[in-house]
Amino acid sequence: MSKKPGALTTSAASAKHLKRRRAADGRFRYYGLSAIVVALGALAVLAVTIGSQAMSAASYHVVSYEVTLDPAVIAPEGASRPEDISRNVDGFYSLVRDNLLNTFPEAGADRNSRREVSDFVTRLAVLPTARLVAGNPELIGSRISVTAPLNDDLDLYLKGIGVRERKIRAGAISSVEPAPEGAFQVSGAGAFNGLLAGLTVANEGRKDDAVQLDVLLTSGVSTGRLTEISADTAHLELLTGRVADFTESAPTARIIQSAESERTISNKQIAWTLALQDMGRIKRAPRWTLLTNSDSTYPELAGGLSAIVGSLLTMLVTALVAMPVGILAAVYLEEFAPRNRVTEFIEVNINNLAAVPSIVFGLLGAALFINFIGMPRSAPLVGGLVLALMTFPVVIIASRAALKSVPPSVRAGALAVGASQMQTVFHHVVPLAAPGILTGAILGMARALGETAPLLLIGMVAFVGDVPKSPMDESTVMPVLIFSWSNNAERAWEPLTAAMIVILLAFLLLMNGLVVFLRRKYERRW
Amino acid sequence: MLQQLGQLPMGWLLIALIAVFGSAAFFLGRMRAEQLLETSTGRMHSRPNYHGYYVAMFTVVPVVLIAVAYAIFAEDLMRSQLTRELPSSFDRLSPAELQSYLESVRMAAGTAATSGADRVFQAITNRYLELRGVMNTATLALLGLLAAGGIFWSQRRLSQNFRARAVVENGMELVLFLCAGVAIATTAGIVVSLLYESLQFFQVVSVWDFLTGTRWNAQTNAEFGALPLFFGTFMIALIAMLVAAPIGLFSAIFLSEYASPKARGWIKPILEILAGIPTVVYGFFALLVVAPAIRQMAVWFNESVIQMGLASEPILAAQPTSALAAGLVMGIMVIPFVSSLSDDVINAVPQTLRDAAYALGATKSETVKQVVVPAALPGIIAALLLAVSRAIGETMIVVMAAGKSARISMDPTSDLTTITVQIVSLMTGETGFDDPKTLSAFALGLVLFIVTLIFNIVALRVVKKYREKYE
Repeated sequence: MSKKPGALTTSAASAKHLKRRRAADGRFRYYGLSAIVVALGALAVLAVTIGSQAMSAASYHVVSYEVTLDPAVIAPEGASRPEDISRNVDGFYSLVRDNLLNTFPEAGADRNSRREVSDFVTRLAVLPTARLVAGNPELIGSRISVTAPLNDDLDLYLKGIGVRERKIRAGAISSVEPAPEGAFQVSGAGAFNGLLAGLTVANEGRKDDAVQLDVLLTSGVSTGRLTEISADTAHLELLTGRVADFTESAPTARIIQSAESERTISNKQIAWTLALQDMGRIKRAPRWTLLTNSDSTYPELAGGLSAIVGSLLTMLVTALVAMPVGILAAVYLEEFAPRNRVTEFIEVNINNLAAVPSIVFGLLGAALFINFIGMPRSAPLVGGLVLALMTFPVVIIASRAALKSVPPSVRAGALAVGASQMQTVFHHVVPLAAPGILTGAILGMARALGETAPLLLIGMVAFVGDVPKSPMDESTVMPVLIFSWSNNAERAWEPLTAAMIVILLAFLLLMNGLVVFLRRKYERRW
Repeated sequence: MLQQLGQLPMGWLLIALIAVFGSAAFFLGRMRAEQLLETSTGRMHSRPNYHGYYVAMFTVVPVVLIAVAYAIFAEDLMRSQLTRELPSSFDRLSPAELQSYLESVRMAAGTAATSGADRVFQAITNRYLELRGVMNTATLALLGLLAAGGIFWSQRRLSQNFRARAVVENGMELVLFLCAGVAIATTAGIVVSLLYESLQFFQVVSVWDFLTGTRWNAQTNAEFGALPLFFGTFMIALIAMLVAAPIGLFSAIFLSEYASPKARGWIKPILEILAGIPTVVYGFFALLVVAPAIRQMAVWFNESVIQMGLASEPILAAQPTSALAAGLVMGIMVIPFVSSLSDDVINAVPQTLRDAAYALGATKSETVKQVVVPAALPGIIAALLLAVSRAIGETMIVVMAAGKSARISMDPTSDLTTITVQIVSLMTGETGFDDPKTLSAFALGLVLFIVTLIFNIVALRVVKKYREKYE
């Protein structure tokens, strides 16, 4: 198109017409491009949302507690055998709680505070320590450091996800005077100017001004709540620590962006968390428990081990059933089947089965395997069989394509030197088609690994706290665990679910990577 | 003694025995054939290995049959015998209660943990273990007998001119045929199980009421009018197709007609990732991101309409889970199903057709619109039909993001329910197969199966016709 548009045409009208046609041409191309951009953009948004959520769940906060393993508490008379110790969650938990109460004496004052401090650690979080001590009885009586995950809401707070806050450095405090009702008057020239400005910003755009925002002032391990703030003075109500910490210091103020009644964590819990952090007892650690723990009702303890093992057992059953049956069926249809009605009927069936919605296979599994044959519910055996029935048409279709790509000359050569048809097929054709068959089978398995709906119908959605040991045990699988976790209301489950999704996708990526590798290495063109 | 036999891990034992008998038979047969080879003059018809396979075949097949029969029937036989021996006080129990009692007996027998239970239960568990011991011993004895018989009988038939290879290969071909027959068996299994349970359901609720009733309340009120479910399924599939059809089609056109081979090589696999992502991930995405965004937009729309004075109360339902959220995300999921197949059929349009259009002076877009797409239309329609069938049968996205209330509402921001959502909610939790609630799930499954089957058959027909046209 090197000529100018005008050169081709004879009149102004046709030049205009041509211009319009060319504009339409450009627009059309642009539609196509934008369709691709939209599709890829959707994929990118999906990846970024799930990736960023998962990142925040990849690490969590753990608190260390120095406790003395008092034999009277963890191994009392009559319950001192190792198996009793490993089950003595209450004993170990009380050690940890007493440690917290010693650190924060004010928490022992009333029931409510005791409950709030108890929320720091979940009872079951001490189980690993109990097992450790049960295995090493010589530790009893010594002083050890127990590490336990922080409560999920406080963990989110420290990550800046759960409760939003605005941090502002206050100016130097010059004096702290006692005020009535156990409170204090803190003052310093212009100490709270920045804070007042921050409060104005924070109150903007809020719908109800009736509830006052909490302002916490922290210096070292001590934290207090500020009220009646003016530029130079404020009222301080001590939450934890010593008031002496505030004199001659430049503390940090925090405007908590929601009222205490709207949050899952109280001012006191925030104050204690900040204190523990200042003591260096809170550490952000990688969350390996996501891979080593089983499911739990507490997000800070939950992990996917039982689901991963369940998925592997299910896939084992699926592979053992779908791959041999599918491959042999493909060999029959491609190499032996006579062209007749039966063969045609089989082929129609296979094509239709490949498009039957997966949930229908779940109904088949529930009616046939569980109700009719009486196999156990929730077992990887049944799940694997259902997924095998679903995968096997995929394996057949891929294997047939691989067998078809082996040139007839190979068959003719083998037959010519006297091999029987069976020998030709199994000694020559199938080995040559093996990479293609294998990649098709792996892709089918990858689809089965991500399948959820049919497994819900055969009861694999139950809560499973133990790692299944055989295909007959009650079990769940990764996608179903993702589904169950996404149904949980607590905020902490969201990043956890995303992290589980990333683990599932990693498995799928591994399988697809294997396929790409096999194709690169063994693919041959005839 | 019998009780200890009842504790045998029969599953593993049977598998091990099959392996042991099979390999023993193979080596015996092979050794016999090698003896024959040494003693005989001239050539044997089959290689020694085939004699080995022959003997193994006649040993393993009966053993496997016995093992399968044990797996299917043994438990039922033991239970019926046990039920007959139960004291008369058990007659009061309903069949379901009796079943769950026997199930707990089985569990207790499996772990041998009867210490805490009452004496009757202990006695029954012990008797159950005894019965199982008898059953196990009988099975193992029969197994050994059949295996020995098989080895003995088939060994005797080996001779110099015995056509072992032909027999083995015929047997092998039968196995191959049976494997292919699994496809028919699966389809038959689906049809029979869906029909059987549905027919039971239709004895309680008439087909007409089920298909045309407008009130669905299976969980609580036993109202089984499935029309709202059909409507919800249709509505969500429609939204999905409104997203997937234009995006998928334009992507396919761009990839096959405009993109450079290099760009195509990159974009196509990335698009196909969309089809490989598990649907539960899409469901989570819909629940976490799309549904709240749509709710916010709907709320904002309501507020601004009211502010402008166009309405006095909210127009959109703006519910936390909505048909629109599920439909949009499902549309994204379905894009590659449309684009891949459309891409294939557009590529299959002969280049001569395009060249002819260019020769007449058509621009590229005119060629695509007036020549290529009409020529590929049957294939494109088939791609859309397959995508619709995929959207109708999709479960996880709608379970997580579409809601559970059965209603007929044109408002896309209200929550609608679909056939698949109801199947899942009816089949999870306590399910008894004598309950119309459970059976209705199979009736819904039957409808789903028939509808998707029709879509698939039509689509495959169209594609086949189309292929024939250009090959």
